[in-house]
Amino acid sequence: MSPTLIVKKLRSELAGPFELTLAVGNCAAITGPSGSGKSLFLRMIADLDPNEGEVWLNDRERASMPAPAWRKLVTYVPAESGWWADRVTEHFPAAARSVVASLADRLGLRADVLNASVQQLSTGEKQRLSLVRALLLNSPVLLLDEPTGALDEESIRRVEALLQERMAHGTSILLVTHDQGQATLLGHQRYRMVAGHLERA
Amino acid sequence: MTPILLTPFDIAVAASLILLDAALSILLKLRLHWQITVAAARMVLQLVAIGYVLRFIFSLNNPAATLLLILVMVLVAAREVAARPERQLVGHTNFVIGVVSVGFATFVTAMLALTTAIRPQPWFDPHYAIPLAGIILGSVLNSASLSLDSFLGSVRRERQAIEARLSLGETYGDATAPMVRDAIRRGLLPIINQMSAAGIVTLPGIMTGQILAGLDPLEAVKYQILLMFLLSGGSGLSALAVSYLTARRLTDQRQRLRLDRLR
Repeated sequence: MSPTLIVKKLRSELAGPFELTLAVGNCAAITGPSGSGKSLFLRMIADLDPNEGEVWLNDRERASMPAPAWRKLVTYVPAESGWWADRVTEHFPAAARSVVASLADRLGLRADVLNASVQQLSTGEKQRLSLVRALLLNSPVLLLDEPTGALDEESIRRVEALLQERMAHGTSILLVTHDQGQATLLGHQRYRMVAGHLERA
Repeated sequence: MTPILLTPFDIAVAASLILLDAALSILLKLRLHWQITVAAARMVLQLVAIGYVLRFIFSLNNPAATLLLILVMVLVAAREVAARPERQLVGHTNFVIGVVSVGFATFVTAMLALTTAIRPQPWFDPHYAIPLAGIILGSVLNSASLSLDSFLGSVRRERQAIEARLSLGETYGDATAPMVRDAIRRGLLPIINQMSAAGIVTLPGIMTGQILAGLDPLEAVKYQILLMFLLSGGSGLSALAVSYLTARRLTDQRQRLRLDRLR
């Protein structure tokens, strides 16, 4: 099977160059100290920061499509989620309400969370909801930046189980985590980021 | 009724009020007497100087000279717009955006007034063009600087929200639309306040000036109404131009949020 995501000579002023190949349904887990460039790497792939180099999704290079189209296929979920309206429900398409509700339930979120205001959410709730928001796109590649950083044990298991299910259905994941156990559990390939360079672990 | 012309003695009598302020400051230890004196002296010098400049330009009655003076006024206004926000765009972008938006808004509204409502002969008559440009510039400067400050502030504050939307595949335009809207709103508030208060809370300057100069109050009121419309048009155009130009400047062809272009 052909690889899904190929990163070639990707670099910016702050990090790189990076090389990476990620096959369909696989997960590449990246660990490493804070400030080593893990988030920068994900942001560069999503084309959120200025960078040079190529990123291919199947047979298409990202420069061949507009940036928003690329980001719908290769979707970045930051460690700290962003919210642009007052109420949680305004951040989700109205047509997707039932899907959102079932995903929220699977991740252990309270039933009325969609009707809450963003201010009332805990950090962990925001983190899981921002993952749900990204999962709705059904992107072939997810770039997850510490998706369980603010979660309790129970919620971490739920998120991991959901991600494994997505991978079984063909989603590829680039995962940044500080949790060695999670890297071992989910990662088919494992890397360590050291001072802006990716090393095979 | 002819205007009552002031003699130097009249002005000297009024200047005693500055001495009163200074005396108050010394008496109450406000430590403002030096500042009041300097400000008063500055005001007198600046106004006398502009009086001579205007008299000179009026005597030339030349469209190029008139345009040149207005251009200088636009540049000074643009510098104020650029200097106001806490953070600046790299390079001279703040200033360039200021010049373009202030110049554009002033030019469009002043031209509209000179070619339709006021129609002096010739249309570039400096007696009309310069005061008109000046009064529009004041309002436009206010709106543009408020809009610029608002946009640069909110875009920094809302960085996570904007990038969350970009990450989900929304366009930069959609992701920053709320901040652009807020910036334009912010720029329009002063003129809305000004219009609401006009005649009740304040007697607007132009109207007061024309009444003092002997014009019938209703004629003066008509002028003031025309000016308020011009000012709201100018404010709207400059707020719009500043907000969109700044938003454009903070992105690139890959629809990123380029906060690295702020310093």
